[in-house]
Amino acid sequence: MNPARKRKVRLVVALTAAVVLASALIYTSFSAASPALSPSQLLRQAQPGRAYQVTGMVVAGSVHRVGGVLDFAVEDRAGGATVALAYTGTVPDPFREGREVIVTVEKQGTRFLGERNSLITKCPSKYKTAPASENQNS
Amino acid sequence: MAPFGYACLLLALVVCGYGIGASLYGVRRARPEFAASGRRAMYALAVVLTAAMVVLEIAFISNSFAFNTVADTSSRTTPLLYRVAAVWSSQEGSLLLWAWLMSLWSSLALFLTRRRMRDIAGYATAILLGFGAFFVSLMVFYANPFATTSPAPTEGVGLDPLLRFPTMMIHPPMLYSGYTLSIIPLAFGMGALLARRLDADWIRGIRRFAFAAWLFLGAGILLGARWSYAELGWGGYWGWDAVENASLMPWLTATAFLHSLMIQEKRGMLKVWNISLVLATGTLAIMGTFLVRSGILNSIHAFGGQTLGVPFVTLIGLLIGTSIYLVVTRRATLRSEHRLDSLLSRESIFLANNLVLVGLCFVIFWGTYFPLISEALTGQEASVGPPWFDRYTVPLALVLVLLSGIGPVIAWRRATLANARRNFVVPCSLALATFAGLELAGAAGKPFASAMFCCAAFVLGSVGQEFVRGTRARSAMAGEPAPRALVSLVRRNRRRYGGYIVHVGIAVLFVGVAASSSFQHATELGLSPGQSARVGAYTVRYVRPTATVTPRYDTAHTGSTLNLGAQLDVSKGGRHVATLNPSEGYYASGEAAQGTVGSLIGGQPVSHIAMDAGITRDVWTAVQPDIEAPALARIVKVGDRTLPPEDGILAVGYIAKSYLRNPPQAQFHFIVSPLVMWIWIGGLIAVGGGLTAIWPAPSTLRRRAAALARTRAVRGLARA
Repeated sequence: MNPARKRKVRLVVALTAAVVLASALIYTSFSAASPALSPSQLLRQAQPGRAYQVTGMVVAGSVHRVGGVLDFAVEDRAGGATVALAYTGTVPDPFREGREVIVTVEKQGTRFLGERNSLITKCPSKYKTAPASENQNS
Repeated sequence: MAPFGYACLLLALVVCGYGIGASLYGVRRARPEFAASGRRAMYALAVVLTAAMVVLEIAFISNSFAFNTVADTSSRTTPLLYRVAAVWSSQEGSLLLWAWLMSLWSSLALFLTRRRMRDIAGYATAILLGFGAFFVSLMVFYANPFATTSPAPTEGVGLDPLLRFPTMMIHPPMLYSGYTLSIIPLAFGMGALLARRLDADWIRGIRRFAFAAWLFLGAGILLGARWSYAELGWGGYWGWDAVENASLMPWLTATAFLHSLMIQEKRGMLKVWNISLVLATGTLAIMGTFLVRSGILNSIHAFGGQTLGVPFVTLIGLLIGTSIYLVVTRRATLRSEHRLDSLLSRESIFLANNLVLVGLCFVIFWGTYFPLISEALTGQEASVGPPWFDRYTVPLALVLVLLSGIGPVIAWRRATLANARRNFVVPCSLALATFAGLELAGAAGKPFASAMFCCAAFVLGSVGQEFVRGTRARSAMAGEPAPRALVSLVRRNRRRYGGYIVHVGIAVLFVGVAASSSFQHATELGLSPGQSARVGAYTVRYVRPTATVTPRYDTAHTGSTLNLGAQLDVSKGGRHVATLNPSEGYYASGEAAQGTVGSLIGGQPVSHIAMDAGITRDVWTAVQPDIEAPALARIVKVGDRTLPPEDGILAVGYIAKSYLRNPPQAQFHFIVSPLVMWIWIGGLIAVGGGLTAIWPAPSTLRRRAAALARTRAVRGLARA
């Protein structure tokens, strides 16, 4: 095989491999992804056995710990639909009632189970009280 | 003071505008005096932004709560050391830090290259000042660090207690140094494309800055991981969080560039690839800043404010568009001077390493931005979790470590059988011996971890062999004893042997990652005093509760009002190993609505983990006491009702006492991870190797000194 042809074959092989790998990557990312839903969407759309990422505010008075399980409920930002869930695993320090959290859940029967260690709270450094009067002077 | 700070920003904007104009005019019309003036504009920008930074620092140190950023991220109870670092914890302050570091590093780069690459440097100066103008404009128009409130609040909200951790003070400046340093090669790269000067000269000129960017980014990532492990209370060091990924991506492309640039220097190949890597690294660095600042993706670090989204997206779009246009229109000058001779050569190993690194970067990019991609394509936001990342990154990391062992010993151009025999017998035997040892030790159930140990052994073998051979040759040639020969070997070939040390560090780091993730034991459970739990081979017993009340203005501490914790006894096989005291700190919230006592402890609670770290394993513990237990909640309620604000601390004292007397069950998190410490040791070795490689060689310093002396002599003669 002459060198030019050899190079061309190599290029085709390399490009094919790259395309195959990239397709696998893209395919698995869609099949393995968990849709991000609000609590009200979750109540409407959730199917058993599939993972969803729910973002909502922790409902005041809903947090209880039973052994290693943390029970709490999340609601839409505007209030309304409430999803109660049972979570195991690490609870981030900023977790508390009234804060926005993100957690991966799965529907089992009529309940929602939180995936182990999937609980995220939004960065606490941004929980600041709004200044009374903002004077954007120079 | 605030007007002065704001005036500095306005002046900075004027300086940037002038500098861009002067350097472009200078380089387009071949007027070197204007190009030099543009360069001096960068020095001036550095001075002006330093003044702005000083103003903000003084505001933080002197508790000037009239400044909004000070009131939002600092307080009198925040210890001085952390007040200094609180400057960059706000959106506004971090933008100023970015612009300030960019002006400093760019000044250094332009100063060091002032006598070289004149036709490129003019464009580079304009581009760097363009970045400066962008960030200063953001501060002037969107997020003014010098905005004030009148009348000034008497107390601030305080620095988020999670950030009151030593490595967190230097993590942002390190990372931002890395980001801003990666802009410098981008600017020079674009300059080279604009000037059509694409030989290896510009690459040599900016090599050191690309290396420095790589080093700072790496050190920043490592410090972030350490903070995550020792402060965040979940016991992990990497979670594939969007913001972590954002800093890893430019580091990966910078690593690829540092390898492939050697091929351009030695063989004049891969020019398009190299320039693309430089442009990609700079763009990814800007995207990293954007990701942290825009809150566009869900992240544990995501910062609110959506206001910066549009300007950042515009800048990123502009960068990508310009990069593609420049590379495509200059492709004729970017043609390779040679072809790849053989697939078994150092060039092709470097190429493979580059493909793996860029592949890794693509995987991480796809996973990180997947929520946006999925929303754009399907209308439904969705995200991928750590298992998806692991599925691709683990095998790629294995290949990468293996290649880092092959690269240093395989021959340039074409490897022969004799070359292979000479170089690969020792590393292969070492890898095989490791494999046999692992089989005997019964680690067969963890194929990825075992493979990583074997690959790491291979790297240690191949790099070790290079050091031994080099030292022997040097010792024979110069007649030096072995230790001295080793030192002078490294000193004379800093870049090469520094690079090898980095390879060792990375291999060691991956051994730590593989061991700690595959052979970890963790448990979470509630315990009362006297009860114990088993974690791996260890027994952890909850001996007694602990509680301390910290005076509000005790600046020696991180500033928590109350600490509740536990004394734990760790034993193995009935033998005492360590006594650990994890605790949870409760901080003042400064919100009067929470009540007299509630506001003293109602801020962000933070885990103070305790661990017994060792070279073979870490025993890691964290506790979450039940602060809302009925007995404690009652004290808060009664205190809120009856105590005046100045006596609130009395009730906190009662809470501590009640907790000690009658402790409610507390939640514990125990982890036993083998070899975690080797992650930090490996990281330090890599940083040490990086510093060795980047340090100017003694011969260069001597040459520079001689050149300077010559210039002075010539000037003296001319004057005479």
